[in-house]
Amino acid sequence: MPKQTFRLNGRTVTVDVHPDVRVLWVLRDLLGVTGPKYGCGINVCKACTSHVNGLAFNPCSVRVGDLSPSDEVTTIEGLPDAPDGDGGALHPMQQAWLDRDVAQCGYCQPGQIMAAVALVRKVRREGRSITDADLDGIRNICRCGTYTRIREAIAQGERAM
Amino acid sequence: MTTQPARVTIGRRTFVGYVVAGATLVAAADLGTGPAGPAAAAPGVPQPAELYDLNDFLTEAAMPTANLITVEVHEDGTASFALPRMEVGQGITTSTAMLIAEELELPLDRVRVTLADARPELVWNQLTGGSNTTISTYTPVRVAAAVAKQALLEAAAIQLGDTVANLVARGGVVQAPDGRSLTYGELARAAASRTTRAVDVRLKDPGQFRVVGTGQPRIDALEAVTGRKQYATDLQVPGALPTMVCRAPTLNGTPKRLRNQREVLAMPGVTDVALVDTGVAVRAETFGQCIDAIRAMHVDWADGPVAGLSDQDVVAELHGAEVPMPTLPDTPLAQTVELDVLFYFRSNSAMDTNSAIADVRDGKATVWSGLKSPITAQERIAEELGLTPDAVTVHVVQGGGSFGRRLFFDGALEAAKISQAMGKPVKLMWHRADDARVGRTHPMATSRVRAVHAGGQVLAFQQSHTSVETDFRHGLGELITAKVADLPTGLGNLGFSETVFELTQEVPYDFGAIVQTLVETDDRFNTGSMRNIYSPDVRAAGELMVDQLARAMKQDPYEFRRAHLRNDRVRAVLDAVADAGRWGRSMPSGTAQGIAIHKEYKGVSACLVEIDCRPRQTRRDIRDGVGGPRATKVVFAVDVGLVVNPRGLEAQMQGGINDGIALALTSSLHLRDGHFLEASWDNYFYTRQWNTPPEVDVIVMPSDSGQPGGAGEAGVAATFAAVACAYARAVGQVPSYFPVNHRDPLQFRPKPVVPPIPQSPTNGLRKAW
Repeated sequence: MPKQTFRLNGRTVTVDVHPDVRVLWVLRDLLGVTGPKYGCGINVCKACTSHVNGLAFNPCSVRVGDLSPSDEVTTIEGLPDAPDGDGGALHPMQQAWLDRDVAQCGYCQPGQIMAAVALVRKVRREGRSITDADLDGIRNICRCGTYTRIREAIAQGERAM
Repeated sequence: MTTQPARVTIGRRTFVGYVVAGATLVAAADLGTGPAGPAAAAPGVPQPAELYDLNDFLTEAAMPTANLITVEVHEDGTASFALPRMEVGQGITTSTAMLIAEELELPLDRVRVTLADARPELVWNQLTGGSNTTISTYTPVRVAAAVAKQALLEAAAIQLGDTVANLVARGGVVQAPDGRSLTYGELARAAASRTTRAVDVRLKDPGQFRVVGTGQPRIDALEAVTGRKQYATDLQVPGALPTMVCRAPTLNGTPKRLRNQREVLAMPGVTDVALVDTGVAVRAETFGQCIDAIRAMHVDWADGPVAGLSDQDVVAELHGAEVPMPTLPDTPLAQTVELDVLFYFRSNSAMDTNSAIADVRDGKATVWSGLKSPITAQERIAEELGLTPDAVTVHVVQGGGSFGRRLFFDGALEAAKISQAMGKPVKLMWHRADDARVGRTHPMATSRVRAVHAGGQVLAFQQSHTSVETDFRHGLGELITAKVADLPTGLGNLGFSETVFELTQEVPYDFGAIVQTLVETDDRFNTGSMRNIYSPDVRAAGELMVDQLARAMKQDPYEFRRAHLRNDRVRAVLDAVADAGRWGRSMPSGTAQGIAIHKEYKGVSACLVEIDCRPRQTRRDIRDGVGGPRATKVVFAVDVGLVVNPRGLEAQMQGGINDGIALALTSSLHLRDGHFLEASWDNYFYTRQWNTPPEVDVIVMPSDSGQPGGAGEAGVAATFAAVACAYARAVGQVPSYFPVNHRDPLQFRPKPVVPPIPQSPTNGLRKAW
């Protein structure tokens, strides 16, 4: 079995698995990292949203063999240790989620938070702030319909980041 | 069952509870303690649901059981409680912890609430549905906590050499007047009893509540935002490898043969394949390898029971099943207004697909799954596996949403059959495509409304609802009533449907002779309740008719409702949204306000919606999604009676608002040639960020009621109705079907049915942003 090596939440991991297997299954089924959720498997629902080298990506749609040993994958479990995580037990965006009591069933929320952090980083790279149009453009689905509080929490998280 | 209103128990505060034998303190109450009495009858001719609603039925169903729920106090100073209900996001673990914290005088963060395994001795008392949890458990949970506090005080009195009356329990500590104190943890052992004894307890006066009625964050919020909250597929059960099912190209088709079994078994990671009645199951090292295997399978199928049928066939069938409505006069003096509305199939699919872990070996079965009727599940699984119920252990896991879906146990039953066939533990997960296409739907239905008005009065109001059968075969959560619902020819389920319809539907207007009827037909689809049962459709059609009546009588929709409402609580929520939402303000052409009310589950609600149907909204270019008309503002007022957690209640309304918008504007399933077309969230258009209202205002009404109401479903019906009314006013035409975009050209390319599930893409790195 070929060995696949990449960085996960600050550590180098090596997994014996066929390179064609998508990263989501490597994380969930082989490494037991279950923060990224399955919601569709075709990069539509965004429940598995995580970061690769600081950018939002969906591990359901990346072959593990396409990751290089230096690619840094961050899941919700590793988010507090991200450079904009201010060293606490929770990333400011997670704290905003708690303060606004966003979660209902909670299933989509790790992905929502990872997308929200990536959105703040993106608008900062573009030298601007988040607009209503940016919020409208978030594709992560929440079947409980927590969208109102998600929007409020992103505004708070952006201020705190 | 009686249709007489029981005595209202408001004010009663003395109950019997138990201290149960144990090493540390175990306090208990009978779950049948102190049922919520039906609301006082409204003036006028009451409809059945006004006197005795579905919640009274569910609450009374809980009464015959003499079985106990227990609050335990531990030596670490915490209290724990196993809730015989299921948490799916509606916030009942939090509200239950609040009730315990309140009566036990313990900080909320020291109360742990878990979900109880299936407890068949509870008979009818382990069903999570009808927004009934808080209504039916409000008193028993408090009684158990109050018993615990009393036992702690008695133990402290002995140790401190004082009397109970002199001691004060507060914040997990019992304090004597001289300043000496003992913590609950220190008392947990001393307060335990060697024998079980009954004790009288007095509950707190609601006027003294410090926790109940305050906004509290969810107790599982930290777990949710850190990814540590575990759903069925997150559990690590030894040997339970990923398992998926290859399903038929027609709905409920069955497998005859897997033609290339050897080839499939040789694929990377694959360990087992097995034919079960729902398809061909495959078990592998990863779910990705299950997907690969399913896509490689060559299976011979027998067609399902609706092979060849499409939407229009079911519509014709419904029209054929409609019973004639009584002829109403239509003369210059007495005019009849008519409205026919069609509601297409909709999916109650949750984010967390049907999933379960099952280990069926050596004549025993253990199942882990998100289950709202775990006793029925346990008994039915035992029956299917040829085991006795006591050989089947059912663990209830938190679910990633339900919306009615988890009243059934399709995943758990299927996982158990597969595990039995393979002789190995399995972790079954439905693919999203299966969950959308084969998972349960809200049935297609028509609603015909007729009303007669003369001389400024509404003389008669008739609503005849005709629906594809709504499956209630989960019964009241155990096999006895589930079996009644499952009698041959559907007669049993029909009786159940009619009972539920009678107990939930109500027209709270003074409209003269009111008749509402239900006819159900065709049991070939996989159906069920969907946040909630009949109300959203019945209410949307009904409120559209109210607008038509107002128009025919040349009255303002708000003033007309206000003048005809028979219930002051409904009038109060209506006034609240009209005021906060500035009803009647000037709006540009192509935009409009809509207003609607709803009454159910002992609660009342009203919704005011502003909608924008101008081309700049409807022609928005949204990749793989629909824009369409946008609800730009929603004001929602709710009075559920006593509010345990206003923050949680607000959250439930916000969620229900998005469901109501989806039902009106975007969300439906298209049946074509015996299968539903939708196979992903970019096909089935539940509300997304680009559809959700930028402005949402939820008003939680103050209440002097001593009884709580249900919350999980209360936000949907009034919103659906208000969006429908706003849309009709904005475009100048009453829609004849919902959602309003259902007959637009399909806005997605349907995924194939063979293979039944799509392959995962590989371009995710290029799409990183």
